[in-house]
Amino acid sequence: MDFRVDEDQEALRDGIRSFCEGRFALDQLGTLATQGLDRGAWRELAEMGVFQLRLPEAKGGLALGMAEAVLVFAELGRRLVPGPLAWSQLAAELIPGAASGEVVVGGLDRMLPSSDPVLVESLNDLDALLVLRPDGIQRFDPRALHSVPVATPLDPLTPLHVVSELGEGERIAGPAVAQRWRLEGGALVAAQLFGIAEATQELATAYAKTREQFGRPIGSFQAIKHILADTFVRQELARAAAYAAGATLDHPEVGEPSRAVSSAKVVAGDAALANARACIQVHGGMGYTWEMPCHYYLKRTWVLSGLFGSGEEHSEQLAQHVAAAL
Amino acid sequence: MDLRYSESDEKFRAELRAWLAQAVPAQGPPPASHDWPARRAYDTRWQRQLFEAGYAGLNWPREYGGRDASPSEQLVYYEETARAGAPYVGVNFVGVLHGGPTLVAEGTPAQKARHLPRILRGEEIWCQGFSETGAGSDLAALKTRAVRDGDDYVVSGHKIWCSFAHVADFGEFLVRTDPDAPKHRGISWLILPMDLAGIEIRPLPTLAGEGEFSEVFLNDVRVPVENRVGEENDGWRITNVTLRFERGTAFASEMVQLQQFLAELARIASRVTRAGARAWDDAGLRREIGHIAAELDALWAMVKLSVSKSTRTGVPGLEGSALKLYYTELYQRIAELGMRLLGRAALSREDVGGLPSRLLLHKALQSLSLTIAAGSSQIQRNIVAERILGLPKER
Repeated sequence: MDFRVDEDQEALRDGIRSFCEGRFALDQLGTLATQGLDRGAWRELAEMGVFQLRLPEAKGGLALGMAEAVLVFAELGRRLVPGPLAWSQLAAELIPGAASGEVVVGGLDRMLPSSDPVLVESLNDLDALLVLRPDGIQRFDPRALHSVPVATPLDPLTPLHVVSELGEGERIAGPAVAQRWRLEGGALVAAQLFGIAEATQELATAYAKTREQFGRPIGSFQAIKHILADTFVRQELARAAAYAAGATLDHPEVGEPSRAVSSAKVVAGDAALANARACIQVHGGMGYTWEMPCHYYLKRTWVLSGLFGSGEEHSEQLAQHVAAAL
Repeated sequence: MDLRYSESDEKFRAELRAWLAQAVPAQGPPPASHDWPARRAYDTRWQRQLFEAGYAGLNWPREYGGRDASPSEQLVYYEETARAGAPYVGVNFVGVLHGGPTLVAEGTPAQKARHLPRILRGEEIWCQGFSETGAGSDLAALKTRAVRDGDDYVVSGHKIWCSFAHVADFGEFLVRTDPDAPKHRGISWLILPMDLAGIEIRPLPTLAGEGEFSEVFLNDVRVPVENRVGEENDGWRITNVTLRFERGTAFASEMVQLQQFLAELARIASRVTRAGARAWDDAGLRREIGHIAAELDALWAMVKLSVSKSTRTGVPGLEGSALKLYYTELYQRIAELGMRLLGRAALSREDVGGLPSRLLLHKALQSLSLTIAAGSSQIQRNIVAERILGLPKER
C-alpha cells in the first residue's frame, strides 16, 4: 500500500496542469463564456489524453486507470475547463471518434425517476447524446431532438437546452455498463469538484496575503485565517476521498467501489461548495463582481454537484452500506 | 496511488487477527473507570501482551524492542485492533504515543536504553507536564523554573491537566531554563521521575466526572541534568516533535473505532421508535449517518495518504493538524447524534431501557476534551493557516 501519487502520475498531472494554465487562463473566462465549445481546444485535450486515457493501447489509448483519470479531472476542475468532459471520457470506449476529440459526446443521467425538466448541457456542441437509464444506455442524435436553448444558464460556461420530449434512442449498451458509467462518472466529477475546492482555497489564500485593510494583509487576521484553514482541511479531505474512489475502482479488492464513489461525491461536493463560497467571502466586495473568477467556481460547483447522483442520494446510499454491514 | 496491501501486509494481518482472536477475549472486560490501580494493571497487562506477541512499538526501531513495521503494517494494525475490539492504549498513552516516540527521535542512547523497552513492556507509565494555568494555548509562556545546581536542575512550578499523573512513573515536563531569553528559546524538555521529593499530585476531576487529570505541584524538585532531552533551551523544538506525534498518528486507531461506533448508532436507530416509526425510517437521519460515513471514509483515506508520505520512523507531517482538526469536530458531531438517538434515555448516565446510555454519554462528554487537548482547534487552524498556507502572523 502506497497511496502517494507516484512519479509517472505526477508527470501526467504536471503536464495537464501546465496545458490547462496556458489554454484556459482564468482571465479568459469571460471570453470563453461568449463562445461555443472550442473544438480546437477539445482536440488538444484529446491529444493530452483526457478522453483516451483509459482505453487499451490496442485502441490507441494510454491503458491507464481511474486513479490517473481522477488526477487529470482534478486539473480540469481547477481550471474550469468547459464542456461534457466526463461524458466524453466515458464514451471513448463505445463511440468512435470520442477518444480523439473528433466527436463530442454529452449525456444525461436518467437512472432515477424525477420530475426535473430535461436540461442538457452543451447540446448545441454535441455530436452524440447518451442517456443513462436503468435498462441501459441509449444514443440520441442531438440535432434531431426538439429543444429550446436556455437564454441565461446559471454557469456562463455551461450552455443548456430544454428538451421537450426525449422519446427512445438507439440502445448501445446494457444495464451493467450504465451502472459502471455512473460510478466512473461520479468519480470523475468528484475529482473536478476536488479541483475546484483546491483552486478556490489557493485563490482566496493568495488574495488574503496581498489585500490590505486596517494597514495590514487581511490574511493576518484570525477571522480570515480560520476560514482559510478550514478550506485547506476540506480540500485535503476531498483529495483523499477522490483519490480513494479512483484507486478503489481500479482495484475493487481494496473496498466497495460504490461506497468509495459515494463518499468522494459527498465529501468533494461539500468541499467545493464551501470553499467556493469562502473564496467569494474572502474576496469581499470584489468577490461579488462578475470580473473576478470566484463566481464561476461556485456556479460550476452547482452544475457538477448534481451530476451522477446528488450528495443527498449518495448519503442515502452510504447509509444503506452502513446498514448492510450490521 | 495504490491502496492494495502487499502479500506480506496480508500475512501480517492474518497473524495479527489470529492472535487478537484469542488475546482480546482473554483480557476480559475493563475495570470501573474510577478504579485507577485496576486500570493501570489492566492497561499495562495488555501492553505487556502486545510486547510479548511482537506488536508493541510497531514503528519503533528493533533495538529498543519495536517492530520497525512499515507504514502499511501500522495501518493494518489499527484496522485489526479496532475490528477485534482490542483494549485502548489507556494509561500507556503518553509513553507509547508521545514521550516514547520523542525519545526515539531526540533522546540520548542512555535515555533510550533506560526507558524505551520498559515503556513498550508496560513497565513504565508516563504522564505529561506541559500546560500551566497561565500557559494553555500559549504554551511557550510556561513559568515552571529549572535552575541549574551542579548536576541537577532544581525545578519549581505548577502544572495542570496532567493526564495519568497519579499512576505515572515518569513525566515529560517542560521547564524554563532561561528566564531572560525570548519565551520560545528558554525552554527545556525533562524526564521527570514522579517519585522525587517535592512533587505533590492533586486530582482535578473532569466534567465527565472522571479522575484522569491531576495538577502537579513542583517544589524544589532536584532532577538530574542527564534527564534533559535535547540541548538546554531547545525544548520548544523538541515539543513540536512531541506534538506532531500527538496530532498525527496517535488518533489513527480511534478513527477506525469511530466507524464501528457509527455502525452501533445505526443499530440503535433501527431499534428505537420516534413518532410511531423506527428512527431509521427517517430519511433525514439516514442521510446524516450516510454523510458521516462519507466523512469517516475520507478521513481514513487521508490517514493512508499521510502515513504513505511519512517515512518509517519519521515524524508525522504538519497535515496532522488538519487531521486532528477534522477528526475531533467530527467525533463530537457523532457523539451528539448518539445522544439524540437515545432520546429520553440520554438523561441517564447508566444504561436504561435497554439502551447503552453509559457508553454514549461517556463518549459525548469525553469528546468535549478533544477539540481542546493537544492544541485547541483554534490553535490547529492557526498552524494550518500560518505554517501550511503561509499566511502572515497576527503579531
